Amino acid sequence: MSLSRLWAMSRKEAIQLRRDPRSLALAFLLPMALLLFFGYAISFDVKDIKMAVLDQSQTQHSRSLIEAFERSGYFRVVRHIQRYDDTDRLLGRGDVRLALVIPPRFSQDLMAARPAPVQLLLDGGDANTATIAKNYADAIVARYSVTVLGGGAALTLPVEAESRVWYNETLESRNMIVPGLIAVIMAIIAAMLTALTIAREWERGTMEQLAATPVHRLEVVLGKLLPYVGIGLVDVTLAALAGVLILGVPFHGNALLLFGMTLLFLIGALGLGIFISAAVKTQVLATQVAMIVSFLPALLLSGFMFSIETMPIVLRIFTYLIQARYFITVTRGIFLKGVGVQTLWIEGLAMIVFAIVGLTLATRVFKKEIA
Amino acid sequence: MRALSPLRLRALLKKELRQMLRDPRMKAVIFVAPIFQLMVFGYAVNTDIRNTATYVVDLDKSAASRELIEVFAATGYFEVVGHSARSTDLARALDNGDAVVGIEIPAGFASDVARGTGTVQVLVDGTNSNTGTVALGYAVQIVQRYATDYMQRTGKPRPGGIDLRTRAWYNPELESRVYNVPGVIGVLVMLMGLLLTSLAVVRERELGTLDQLMVSPLSTTELILGKTIPVMLVGLIQITLISAVAILWFKIPMRGSVLVLLPAALLYILAGISLGLIISTISKTQQEAFMVMFLLLFPLVLLSGFMFPVDSMAEFFRWLSLLNPIRHIVEIVRAIFLKGEGLAGLWRQYAALAVIATGALVVAMVRLRRPAD
Repeated sequence: MSLSRLWAMSRKEAIQLRRDPRSLALAFLLPMALLLFFGYAISFDVKDIKMAVLDQSQTQHSRSLIEAFERSGYFRVVRHIQRYDDTDRLLGRGDVRLALVIPPRFSQDLMAARPAPVQLLLDGGDANTATIAKNYADAIVARYSVTVLGGGAALTLPVEAESRVWYNETLESRNMIVPGLIAVIMAIIAAMLTALTIAREWERGTMEQLAATPVHRLEVVLGKLLPYVGIGLVDVTLAALAGVLILGVPFHGNALLLFGMTLLFLIGALGLGIFISAAVKTQVLATQVAMIVSFLPALLLSGFMFSIETMPIVLRIFTYLIQARYFITVTRGIFLKGVGVQTLWIEGLAMIVFAIVGLTLATRVFKKEIA
Repeated sequence: MRALSPLRLRALLKKELRQMLRDPRMKAVIFVAPIFQLMVFGYAVNTDIRNTATYVVDLDKSAASRELIEVFAATGYFEVVGHSARSTDLARALDNGDAVVGIEIPAGFASDVARGTGTVQVLVDGTNSNTGTVALGYAVQIVQRYATDYMQRTGKPRPGGIDLRTRAWYNPELESRVYNVPGVIGVLVMLMGLLLTSLAVVRERELGTLDQLMVSPLSTTELILGKTIPVMLVGLIQITLISAVAILWFKIPMRGSVLVLLPAALLYILAGISLGLIISTISKTQQEAFMVMFLLLFPLVLLSGFMFPVDSMAEFFRWLSLLNPIRHIVEIVRAIFLKGEGLAGLWRQYAALAVIATGALVVAMVRLRRPAD
């Protein structure tokens, strides 16, 4: 292991990267673009759900129920329909997500203190939106009935739930997405940039040249790794700054801890990328394998958007093998919960193991080729 | 333009297919990877709430408090993972991520309920805003139901109120799998189309064999056909494979007709291939092509309504997404699978796909015709 050879290797890799300004630009543009997309373009937040209303009662009561839906901010009445059959067409075409049907006897039932049936038809196609819409509707209707029963003044139930939300008080999806996204971006950068680095040398025939030099295989791996670690750390800084300053995501924890953990994550992820690249030797295949092995799991099996608890047991066990899972716990913990090493040491240890495994795999795979 | 020669085209097709399938690992990537990804999507991408880890602090330890906790556990939405008699333990469980929901029943709960002033604290970890929103909704409902049941049991008149009867169409159990799995078809096929086309052309450029093709008697049309037909075949096989797994394994209802799906699939694959060809004309290296593809694929997937409803997007992006082929195919596939919609209800999406595919193909042909520099 010679520092000067390692340095030379890193410099070669950095020069090669610099000569490819488009790839380099993308390495920095991709994270920013993703962050802004998630910040501005899309959200999980369900609001302004389009609904249709069939009011067969046409009374003060029915109108105030509809008004309660509109006032909540979650629903927007876009259609007042006259016939029940219209609900079919509107839901089928996706013009509305739900339809509220208030039967003719609604007001009489209410006044007689009988349960007054009201029908809510949901487009279950989008199960996620539908579930949330159903919850909102339940809450609105429950609050409305309590008010009506109390004769205008709210009737108090013997038990009330006092609910509070921690870490993300307004339940904004942005606060959930941004810290997780940083972990996903790191996984992408690590896998995508390194997937090609060694396969390219094989395809161009420069691997033989590299093999003919006195450079040691650990030096090759570390030398290839270093420039990408640099890119990764710059990306984390940019993404965190953009998240906090532009998107207003809270940052309650320690920035140094975030850097340390990122470094651990990058070593493991880059090691894995180099391993893939060296093992499959062609660029097309390397990108495919990298996508399947590191990017998709980081996106889907890490708890980034879909909670791990609801997965079947086999998949849940499998998620322990996914490095991004630990890193996402870390970024969310640092950003939103403000927890420190005393809580996150388990994740840190796991990532150290991944780093060691990644480096070992990457180094070992050269053994056969470069003596 | 020279006439299309079946002989030359066949030779090129043979070469392309052989090149694509020469590597057995590539075969695995083309045919096994989509199934694998579908499995992951089917099982992992789940926004339903079940067995949410719940930590309970019962400071009352009465029959009433135990009953409430049982009601929570019995719904199946919540699973009690820890008990304690101290509130600080609850805070630690949420901090560590051991629990996502905390229920704290204060001392004197039973007597407060009897007096009509009972309270229960429900704490929700909002880091996952999705789970948080749904869990919070369920928790509040459970407490409400407990309260009305209590009123009835103790002889107080159960309030009439409104009886909200919910019915979900197309997916009565509100399973997210039924929604997600058909959408996967669109995303996976686009991925493969972009990847196979753009990298195939760029690799020839990198290796210098593209120049050989250019000086051969092949016309641009033949070249493009030769490059696109194999990918088209692969795409169709993938769609069939994925649909079969979705219907047979995941039991996703197929209420519509395959005949309605097929033309949409062809238009969609054509759009994907054309985009791939365009990428190949602006990239010099495979790495570059790959990065451009990725930079393009991400917004395409995110703005498709595949995971995030188009309705919740900012207005500008909602309009922008009309240019997105994935958005249209996802809408078509979902409507055919879940709603059994026919051509009449989907003509807008078909027209959009046709326009996008033609536009992209024209751009690709114009750019490819220029001599390789």
